[in-house]
Amino acid sequence: MSYIPGQPVTAVVQRVEIHKLRQGENLILGFSIGGGIDQDPSQNPFSEDKTDKGIYVTRVSEGGPAEIAGLQIGDKIMQVNGWDMTMVTHDQARKRLTKRSEEVVRLLVTRQSLQKAVQRSMLS
Amino acid sequence: MDTESTYSGYSYYSSHSKKSHRQGERNRERHKSPRNKDGRGSEKSVTIQAPTGEPLLGNESTRTEEVQDDNWGETTTAITGTSEHSISQEDIARISKDMEDSVGLDCKRYLGLTVASVLGLLVFLTPVAFILLPPILWRDELEPCGTICEGLFISVAFKLLILLIGTWALFFRKQRADVPRVFVFRALLLVLIFLFVVSYWLFYGVRILDSRDRNYQGIVQYAVSLVDALLFIHYLAIVLLELRQLQPMFTLQVVRSTDGESRFYSLGHLSIQRAALVVLENYYKDFTIYNPNLLTASKFRAAKHMAGLKVYNVDGPSNNATGQSRAMIAAAARRRDSSHNELYYEEAEHERRVKKRRARLVVAVEEAFIHIQRLQAEEQQKAPGEVMDPREAAQAIFPSMARALQKYLRATRQQHYHSMESILQHLAFCITNSMTPKAFLERYLSAGPTLQYDKERWLSTQWRLVSDEAVTNGLRDGIVFVLKCLDFSLVVNVKKIPFIVLSEEFIDPKSHKFVLRLQSETSV
Repeated sequence: MSYIPGQPVTAVVQRVEIHKLRQGENLILGFSIGGGIDQDPSQNPFSEDKTDKGIYVTRVSEGGPAEIAGLQIGDKIMQVNGWDMTMVTHDQARKRLTKRSEEVVRLLVTRQSLQKAVQRSMLS
Repeated sequence: MDTESTYSGYSYYSSHSKKSHRQGERNRERHKSPRNKDGRGSEKSVTIQAPTGEPLLGNESTRTEEVQDDNWGETTTAITGTSEHSISQEDIARISKDMEDSVGLDCKRYLGLTVASVLGLLVFLTPVAFILLPPILWRDELEPCGTICEGLFISVAFKLLILLIGTWALFFRKQRADVPRVFVFRALLLVLIFLFVVSYWLFYGVRILDSRDRNYQGIVQYAVSLVDALLFIHYLAIVLLELRQLQPMFTLQVVRSTDGESRFYSLGHLSIQRAALVVLENYYKDFTIYNPNLLTASKFRAAKHMAGLKVYNVDGPSNNATGQSRAMIAAAARRRDSSHNELYYEEAEHERRVKKRRARLVVAVEEAFIHIQRLQAEEQQKAPGEVMDPREAAQAIFPSMARALQKYLRATRQQHYHSMESILQHLAFCITNSMTPKAFLERYLSAGPTLQYDKERWLSTQWRLVSDEAVTNGLRDGIVFVLKCLDFSLVVNVKKIPFIVLSEEFIDPKSHKFVLRLQSETSV
């Protein structure tokens, strides 16, 4: 998941479809994000490359919509509903996820185990 | 079988068992007693016979010798002698000190002083003589010399006065120590002054007195030039004797040989004997007082460790002394005794005891001090109880703390440094100056420098300088010299202060900028 500036980013991703849950006035997804181009990437415990300024899932609440949909802690979010999340600020990421008009968000997430699984299947 | 280290223990055990078999029932009782002593406690003492060349199969006489030898560790003078030696050395030191004070071997000291003062007087009177001799001897032939000469007289007078004050300030100070050799720079300066004045007198005698020069102004100017040159020599003396050694160039590490206490001092360019003087002057105020009672424990332990060993010569008499001692040392090192255990528990016990007594002492002193109250001036007439001066007040509260103090001093082995009179005096002193009990106790809780105690307790003020270089040589990196007194010695190691390379770096105050780096987490 390291990137070379100017080159397209390639990754093995998984599609996760989360149906937001209504709680009172808010629509919640049930996870927390960390990271962003305005944040300090060296403090990210989940990233493989400590200069990676992408958006990572730092917490998944139990029984929430994200956990049901299959989102795991440590996942890096690449796209939300078609919008890119690899080069956004933290606030922009939050906004893209919490749009009131959308009830379903389709995320493209990547994690290290996906890459390894693909490699293993390619070798065998 | 070799008589070297490794197998001596095993050879003892095998021979011992052989002996026990061969001696039979006759010696069984006597045989049992050393066996019991061997088996007891931690001391697996390998008590075997001295290497006197007697055959391996001993008879009754050797057996009895072994019984007696079992106790030799406790009765040799090497162990019990230390305490006796220190007391007798104390007496000897006192006696020798008294003797030397009365005889007065100060000739050497006063010789230097008299030479210097005679020379100084001569030098001081020379310009005066130069000026006064022509009018006395050939007044009629002299040219009259008006205001110029009088101006010169005034300048000569004031310069002589300045020279007098400067010489008094620089040279006429009470000599504070007796050193083995002459100070090189001082001797050189005296010689220089002497030659200088002699050459001036020669010139004066030949050119002026003999030829009866008439130019009085010239003569007076000659005298003025002498005084100027003397002032410059005085300046030279200041630079050589005082200023040159102010800049620190060497660091001296002074270690006391008995307990390893060490201090560091910074000095400039000095000769070894002057450096020794500086070290000694600082010794009396920096080092804690030498207490011989604290040293006997380690010697006792070490002697007990080696006490049970003797070298047993299997191959007949041979004079291999070094081999024997090496064998003993190696066997002692290999022995698995628990003397370290003993040391640890002994020290822990001692610590505990001292802390307990200290706690009792602190409480006793605090309670005693509560009773004393200072009377204000106006209350003195209508005092409730008896009015006392500090000495009486000290005597009044002393008994309540005396026992605790005595016990504490005994536990820390300081009791011979403080007599009851000195304690009372100190107590009166503390009461007079309104000190707290803690301030009073500080002197007894920790050992202080030698100056704090009475002069009789100092044990010696005679020192010997031991050095393998001439003591008037200057200090150099790596010189080691030793200052010995009767009881201990101070080993001094000279190290040069390194050459320091200091460079400059400029940081613009506006360049101090900071940024916050966060990692925030938002729940969605």
